[in-house]
Amino acid sequence: MHQGQFLFLLLALLFGLAAGLVGCFALMKRMLLAGDVISHLALPGLGLAFLYKIDPLIGGAATLFAGTLLVWRLQKKTGLTTDATIGVVFAAALALGAIVTPREDLIDALFGELQQVSLRGFFLGLVATLAIAASLFLLKDRLALTIFSPDLAASTGVNVNRVNLLFLLVFSLTVLVGLRFMGTLLASALIILPAAAARQLTDKLSGFLLVSAAIGVLSVLAGFVFNTLVLKLSTVGPTIVLFSALFFALSLLAEKN
Amino acid sequence: MPDPLLSVTNLFVSFGDRTVIEDLSFTVQAGEGLAVIGPNGAGKTVLLKALLGLIPHSGTIRWSQDARLGYVPQKIEADRQLPLRLRDLLTAKTAVLKLPRTEVAQVTSYLGLTQEILDTSIGHLSGGQFQKALIAFALLGRPNVLLFDEPTASLDELAEERVYEMLHSLQQDKGMTVILVSHDLSVVYRYADMVLCISKGAPCMGPPREVLTPEMLETLYGTPPKYYRHAHGADVPPRNLRSSPE
Repeated sequence: MHQGQFLFLLLALLFGLAAGLVGCFALMKRMLLAGDVISHLALPGLGLAFLYKIDPLIGGAATLFAGTLLVWRLQKKTGLTTDATIGVVFAAALALGAIVTPREDLIDALFGELQQVSLRGFFLGLVATLAIAASLFLLKDRLALTIFSPDLAASTGVNVNRVNLLFLLVFSLTVLVGLRFMGTLLASALIILPAAAARQLTDKLSGFLLVSAAIGVLSVLAGFVFNTLVLKLSTVGPTIVLFSALFFALSLLAEKN
Repeated sequence: MPDPLLSVTNLFVSFGDRTVIEDLSFTVQAGEGLAVIGPNGAGKTVLLKALLGLIPHSGTIRWSQDARLGYVPQKIEADRQLPLRLRDLLTAKTAVLKLPRTEVAQVTSYLGLTQEILDTSIGHLSGGQFQKALIAFALLGRPNVLLFDEPTASLDELAEERVYEMLHSLQQDKGMTVILVSHDLSVVYRYADMVLCISKGAPCMGPPREVLTPEMLETLYGTPPKYYRHAHGADVPPRNLRSSPE
């Protein structure tokens, strides 16, 4: 394995870990599908980046974070439910992305591509995943209280609005790290599936986080190995997602401890 | 009279065009038990939330500097299927407030919450245990004021009685100030030193035996009162004769 490929795998494993952790809180907040919207927000940016030959991650990041703020503002301003906001933004971003993305790059943008990663790209990803894990560690208690009851959290001195915004940003950062491996269609899958599987296995917050992170990492590893040895596809995302779906199916067989 | 623990002056709370609380002023002394009564929609819960600073309002709400508030909400809208044990919830509060972890043990042993209950997922607690859990949550941080919204809604008689015993001992043992929203007039008689009635008309405030007159209750709830008053001793109406405005 070349150094670039190795770094790519390492970064993908870190993404699995971060996605597993973020997914736990997203599941508790009942906003797993918001991941779909958020990842689609990157599509117009990716498309424009392909079009103008700039780094796709920069384009993706720009529209992703702008869109995240838009979702947050829309919810706060209009009082629309999360799914209504999702409905509006999802459709618009996907349509815009499909129009501006060059045909030959569309599949890569939607499903990710199997490629090497530069040392610079690796370190950027490393910093991002460390930031995700550290933020969640620091926000964990505030998030748990906010999810349980915003009023109780606020009466404890938690700034509920700020916690919600910070979580959305952490969520978007996770999606951004995942775009490279999974593409916009599947980046959120690794946030959804490990958390859903872990929820079947434990009722305890710490256990939930640990199991979900472990399933995220194992899904990436299994997907990579299976794709490299058997499928040899140019995109590894779909295989990773299928393995995490398999873990979910297995979790249904297990009883909660 | 010492400075009041809480003084509320010209309080207004509105949601859009709808004014829920209009020009309300009252004071609460330390150690007092204040019951807030009024018909549904009169703004009792809104008042508690305003006192906690959870919703925008105009007018002045001034707590004395040493007031530490604990809040027991009426109901929790949260998904009870969350993967959170009671222990997770309580330690989360100690972490946010940077309290020593030992407070969880102190509060839970005071309330008789066992290790088994602490390790139970919040979705699997009984109604009484859940209410106790919320009280334990409120007591972390050693509050000296407890704001308690409908403490016994959705509890059976036995659990209800236990909650009130606990409330009574908090007042007696810890000298806690209690601000209580309740529909249950027997409770108001037993545990409140003062009653604040809020409704669309002018608010009224005073000791239970002065405020809870049949005329006032009829004005407040719009139905003839179904209770009577003892002329001597504690004014405790029979529980089965409680006024039930709903």
